Amino acid sequence: MRRPASIRRRLLLQGIGVAALLALVLYLAVRGVAGAAIQTVQDSVLGTATVVIAEELRGGADGISVDIPYAAFSMLGAVGEDRVFYRILVGDQTVTGYPDLPLPDVVPGLTPAFYTVPYQDAQVRVGAVGRSVLVDGNRVDVTVLLGQTRTAQAVISAQMANRAAGLGLGIFALAAVLALISARSVLAPVHDLALAVGRRGPQDLRPVRRAVPRELVPLVAALNGLIARLRSALDRTESFITEAAHHVRTPLATVRMQTEVALRQATDDATRASLRNVIRAVDNAARSTGQMLDHASVIYRSDQPTQDALDLAVVLRDLVGQMAPTADMRDMAFVLDLPVGPVPLSADRLLLESALRNLLDNALKYGTADTDIEVALTSDGCVTVCDRGRGLGGGGAAALTGRFARGDNVGDVVGSGLGLSIVRDAARACGGTFTISPRPGGGTCATLHLPLR
Amino acid sequence: MRDLALALALTLTLIGGLFARPALAFEIEEVATFGAGAQVVSVLSTTDAAVFAPVIAGYLETRPDLTVRYTVANSQQVYAAIAGDGAAFDLVISSAMDLQMKLANDGAARAFDGGGVLPDWARWRDRLFAVAQEPVVMIARRADFAGLPLPQSRADLVALLRDNAERFAGRIGTYDPAGSGAGYLFATQDARQSDSAWRLSEVAGSLHPQLYTASAAMIDDVQSGRLALAYNVLGSYAAARPDPGMVVIQPADFTHVLLRTALVPVTSTDPAAGAGFLSFLLSPQGQALLADAGLPPVSDTTITAAPQLRPIRLDPGLLVYVDPMMRQKFLTEWTAAVVQP
Repeated sequence: MRRPASIRRRLLLQGIGVAALLALVLYLAVRGVAGAAIQTVQDSVLGTATVVIAEELRGGADGISVDIPYAAFSMLGAVGEDRVFYRILVGDQTVTGYPDLPLPDVVPGLTPAFYTVPYQDAQVRVGAVGRSVLVDGNRVDVTVLLGQTRTAQAVISAQMANRAAGLGLGIFALAAVLALISARSVLAPVHDLALAVGRRGPQDLRPVRRAVPRELVPLVAALNGLIARLRSALDRTESFITEAAHHVRTPLATVRMQTEVALRQATDDATRASLRNVIRAVDNAARSTGQMLDHASVIYRSDQPTQDALDLAVVLRDLVGQMAPTADMRDMAFVLDLPVGPVPLSADRLLLESALRNLLDNALKYGTADTDIEVALTSDGCVTVCDRGRGLGGGGAAALTGRFARGDNVGDVVGSGLGLSIVRDAARACGGTFTISPRPGGGTCATLHLPLR
Repeated sequence: MRDLALALALTLTLIGGLFARPALAFEIEEVATFGAGAQVVSVLSTTDAAVFAPVIAGYLETRPDLTVRYTVANSQQVYAAIAGDGAAFDLVISSAMDLQMKLANDGAARAFDGGGVLPDWARWRDRLFAVAQEPVVMIARRADFAGLPLPQSRADLVALLRDNAERFAGRIGTYDPAGSGAGYLFATQDARQSDSAWRLSEVAGSLHPQLYTASAAMIDDVQSGRLALAYNVLGSYAAARPDPGMVVIQPADFTHVLLRTALVPVTSTDPAAGAGFLSFLLSPQGQALLADAGLPPVSDTTITAAPQLRPIRLDPGLLVYVDPMMRQKFLTEWTAAVVQP
């Protein structure tokens, strides 16, 4: 799978690329400037030496005398280790020096003219100076050519190039570090926002209220819009279920009442039997509706549970107390086993009561008459409800906790299939776990583990 | 057996040399062959074979597969052999720094990369290398300076000669720059270094100096008493012949140091052989053998320890006095100063 593209890496690569380009430009610029500077310096030394030789040319009655100053050549050598060539011409006759040293294209004047020519297997930079002297009263043109190889210049150029390269590398390294820092600082708000959104719980549907850079404002606005729509959708669903349950239960109660009246007045056995069926069906529908409401409110609250400080022992004892009359009617009894001290926990009271009530209700519903239901609480937050009922049937625990799932052995017992689903969802919302297993010797044990405070 | 072979080889070479001689335009003074190896190293030098023999023998001990053919000529002829004739030698050793510089500058020398052992002043680029350094000194005959202070500088000497003209008349010796390459180099370097050299030339000229073409002859004449003082003599020759009656003086104002230089010419048919011998000459062993032969080794410490010592710089400035017009001009001026009627 391809790794997701990283803005940071992209910023970094672009920064480094730009730095490398700039370093290269700097290197070339420094090298170019240094090369030109060295050439200028070398030319000025060469020009001075040429002029000095030209100035020492003297006219006289018996021709031209040449006096090459020792320093003129020595100073060329002092700059580096260059070979030196010279040529002195009177008119177009070479009087001394290297007769094949090439002449310049133009006739040189007192200001040295410079040119580069290949000579003796090397590139030679030549300075040329022309002047005139008086020989026996006549004007004679003389030309002095002084050439040197460019070894020293090449050596100095290489040194400068090395320094320029060093400079370029230094700038590049600095720019790369700066690119790293800048990529990090540019991306810090994005990183912070991602962390803040990621840290939210799944039920946190508050809008994001962080101060973000202008570029991220549309993103945050869109996110907040999404959250708001989700909230209103959840609210609508909740109120729809509540309304629907209410609107179904009220007419059902009326139908039941009217049917009971009709049952009392009916004399015909067949009519009475069918009216009883109607009453049972209505009970079934009312119960299902109640549980659907219960389930919907568990789901809704699961998204936004409150954190109430509760004592699990008290909650359990109260619930058992409330349900004891129903147990009596079925000739069953709760055997309650509570620890000595309080069992404090922090949970949504409604969710917790829903889970426990459904557990107890299930045990009553599927338990056999004349048996006890053992309800035990341990001090580490483990609630166990064991009955001697018909057991789990063939479907197993996982199948039973599904929504609208019922065992294959429920027979005539009225049920919606939502009870264990409610227990499971409520337990999960409280941060606990729910397991159900067959009880040795017949019946079922349901266990609810709740995290304590 | 080996001696016989050597003698035979030497004889054959000498005969060969005799026959070969007309083919070469330059004048050879001496050809000596050492060793009997298959590979031949041709050396052209201004130094006598007798002086160089122990050095070559030392080299052949490490390389018995070689034969060294050692040809001696004077410095002008050495220059002409390479620059003019393109004679095929593998190594050229000469005391004429200016001519060697001219060869190197004009592209007649090959690159040699073993010169890193030398100080900067003892080589030019990777072409020209000093194998020995020799101070250029004055030699005084003690007996002739009785009652007089020995001159320590050129200025001392000028004063001494002026004040004792009758004692030194005709008894001062120096090189004839027109006849000796070394003498020409010393005289031009003197002229370049200071004006006092010209003053000295004029004062000496008034005393009708004797002119020589070799250091050895001057030393002979100092020892024999014909000369009271020899000026611009190679110190190594004087050191080789110690004499209590003779004082060697390094002028305190400046004492030139001649560098005996070597190059591998482009005309070489076996440049690796020439470079190999040059490497040996520059090695500690070769330098020690040269020292034993009376050619002082190149040493930076010797130069820095004696501030009056000025090695003649190996730079293109040396080319100035090689120029024929400059040479003629200089010799004219020098003769006018020294050779007085």
